[in-house]
Amino acid sequence: MSDAFEIADVGTVHEDHPRGWRRYVYSTNHKDIATMYLWFAVVAGIAGGGLSMLIRAELMEPGLQIFKNPHLFNVLVTGHGLIMVFFMVMPALIGGFGNWLVPLMIGAPDVAFPRLNALSFWLLPFSFALLILSLFVDGDAGGRGAGSGWTSIAPLTTTGSPGPATDFVIFALHIAAASVILGAINFITTILNMRSPGMTLHKMPLFVWSILVTAFLLLLAMPVLAGAITMLLADRHFGTSFFNPAGGGDPLLYQQLFWFFAQPALTAVMLPAFGIIGHVVAAFAKKPVFGHLGVAYAMVTIGFISFMSWADHLYTAGLTAGTRTWFMFAALAMVVPVVVVISSFIATLWGGSITFKPPMLFAVAFIVLFTIGGLSGIVLANPGLAPVLHGTAYVMAHLHYVFGTSAVFAIFAGWYFWFPKFFGYLANETLAKIHFWITFFGVNIAFFPLHFLGLSGMGRRIADYSDAYAGWNFVSSIGAFVTGGGVVVFLIMLVEAFAKKRKAGDNPWGAGATTLEWTLSSPPPFRTFNELPKIT
Amino acid sequence: MAQGEVKHDYHLVDPSPWPVVGALGVFLMMIGAAFWLNKTYAGFGVLAGIPWIFAIGLALVLYTMAGWWRDVITESVVEGAHAPVVKLSLRYGMVLFIVSEAMFFAAWFWAWFNFALFPYDTALTGWPPAGIVPLDPWQLPLLGTVILLTSGTTVTWAHHAIQTGNKRGAILALSLTVILGVSFTVLLATACAQAPFSFGFKGAALTAFTDPAHTSLAAGQGNLGAIYGSIFFMANGILGIHVAAGTVFLAVCLGRAIRGHFTPTRHFGFEAAAWFWHFVIVIWLILFVAVYVFGRG
Repeated sequence: MSDAFEIADVGTVHEDHPRGWRRYVYSTNHKDIATMYLWFAVVAGIAGGGLSMLIRAELMEPGLQIFKNPHLFNVLVTGHGLIMVFFMVMPALIGGFGNWLVPLMIGAPDVAFPRLNALSFWLLPFSFALLILSLFVDGDAGGRGAGSGWTSIAPLTTTGSPGPATDFVIFALHIAAASVILGAINFITTILNMRSPGMTLHKMPLFVWSILVTAFLLLLAMPVLAGAITMLLADRHFGTSFFNPAGGGDPLLYQQLFWFFAQPALTAVMLPAFGIIGHVVAAFAKKPVFGHLGVAYAMVTIGFISFMSWADHLYTAGLTAGTRTWFMFAALAMVVPVVVVISSFIATLWGGSITFKPPMLFAVAFIVLFTIGGLSGIVLANPGLAPVLHGTAYVMAHLHYVFGTSAVFAIFAGWYFWFPKFFGYLANETLAKIHFWITFFGVNIAFFPLHFLGLSGMGRRIADYSDAYAGWNFVSSIGAFVTGGGVVVFLIMLVEAFAKKRKAGDNPWGAGATTLEWTLSSPPPFRTFNELPKIT
Repeated sequence: MAQGEVKHDYHLVDPSPWPVVGALGVFLMMIGAAFWLNKTYAGFGVLAGIPWIFAIGLALVLYTMAGWWRDVITESVVEGAHAPVVKLSLRYGMVLFIVSEAMFFAAWFWAWFNFALFPYDTALTGWPPAGIVPLDPWQLPLLGTVILLTSGTTVTWAHHAIQTGNKRGAILALSLTVILGVSFTVLLATACAQAPFSFGFKGAALTAFTDPAHTSLAAGQGNLGAIYGSIFFMANGILGIHVAAGTVFLAVCLGRAIRGHFTPTRHFGFEAAAWFWHFVIVIWLILFVAVYVFGRG
């Protein structure tokens, strides 16, 4: 952490912010907190990505090569999932971009509760620390660390894991849930109460709309997770039997509660990605987003449906046929608003004056990748097909196309788009494009073969597999390592940009970038909008 | 773009140590809870089973709460930083917090109705499970309902007294509310202590599949009634914690009322406490109807 993101030296005279470590540790400034969120997400992303490298190295060939103890493989899979969802994608999209951009885009001087904002951030590193500590204590009889998957399904996490590792994971999730709930309260209040004069809800930029819907989803979903994992904790230590059939309990209850949380929460992760892509596509097609309000209300609809479709993850859990039919309809209904959003992006490109700058490359790739992930999602939403595909690599392919690539590509699109605004420097375009092409080929080589593997029956979350699956697994691992190389190029790009210090102008992207933040200097001063802008 | 002097009413909060200190306190609480709960885990060495790290973390969290809210009160009462638009933000924030709390309780009611409405989807043969004698709702629980509803009227009385500038009335009504809140907490604890069923597997720690409950289940018996006490005590305990927290919140408001912090137009701290209090009363009413009356079978 060099002086790369010192803001004081960029020409604004009246900067009375604290200096040194206090500036960040005691910060109540949305820009500094957002920057900390972004760097935290980079660190967590490298950690979670490193785990995936080890996972793919193990799966490169049949047999046990790296992890003689398969429990350790399960631990890495668990850690990879939890880190990527809770400590990489969420902090980057919501904490990082949300904190930076929501106040700037609506013309507010800061968020509604700046001190609470700091608490939301600071809970995360401590939560992350608990998750890391879980690696060093016993999980199940197999060894150290919690290996029960990011879903923490009982009884794997109750009778299946007597050691304290699962307690660390439960507590880490409790803290992360508190952080996310406080952040959601902050964003909703900011967006509803602090829009500058003239910034009506219908004039609000898409990214702010996406954060508003996301915040509502997380506000309503996260407490249910907190309840469910509290029941887990009680089953583990207080002798209750919520999920224990021996005491009249119901293991399915945990899955219901968990997916009632996870379906909206994962939706909430995708919505800010949609918001970012909308801005990038509009800026580089030099056209406003096609059907701006339609996209906004489609995102609201996606949010509603996500609360009614949780059991599309439970088709093999023993639900009645009627229940499965209902959830099939609910899950497939999600397709309609999602297609509204995606086709609106395509319509924005149509007839636009397109320039393929790095953010645009990532945005166009997002549309392709999300479509692939969405199509396999339609397949998985069918209870007739689910018994065949459930628990196979096909599910891995689906979720990695919608999260592992789409959400990450949206993060990179946003990163390259707002990098000059956040940090005041221009990124090296060549390095950025190399980063893009390596990552694009890498993720497709890594994840597309998983479709074939899943259709031919290869299970997920297992360290070993039949020799019949060797070929495509080898290809997939090569793709994963190529993607890892892409991350290295990304880091080189960062170092180069902060070393060369090419000053960015207020708006490096030209007429297409129309939101309020482009009217400010790059980076913006410590305090913005001391006089509220009037939106006409 | 030059940013001149501040020309808006929003509250730009000064840098504060409380968030990071509070987060550290939460971390110590959680890791301390892991030490405390895993009494028999050898890997923790001397730390296994000790409650002190949890206690230190809890103390740090309480210290943070006191310091943080003292700062908020200073900013409001002394610095006058809470312009109308800031107060509106605080209202949004409190409402949204209560909404999130409602969803937390939704998880527990979901668990309750999962068994009370659909016992045949599990191993149970009916609800309440065979052999469980529920508490009579028309004794102590009914008295508790009356106490809480009365406290709802006294807190509204306090609100009216504050709105009309009647400081003595506000102090009297708030004192009564706090007394009623404490009474309810004691009553709830008493009722739970008298319950003729046990907390889950009688509080037995979790063991692998060799404990009597599992082996008896394998033999077709099982301690199926354990689920009744599991939800009953967890739901009541969590409600009790919320009632206690609301009582503390009201007691702080009582202290502030005595010091004259509340004026007929500026008393959001009290209103937030009153909202929260009404919220726990509603949750109790749902609990009373769903768990005590309906769940009696």
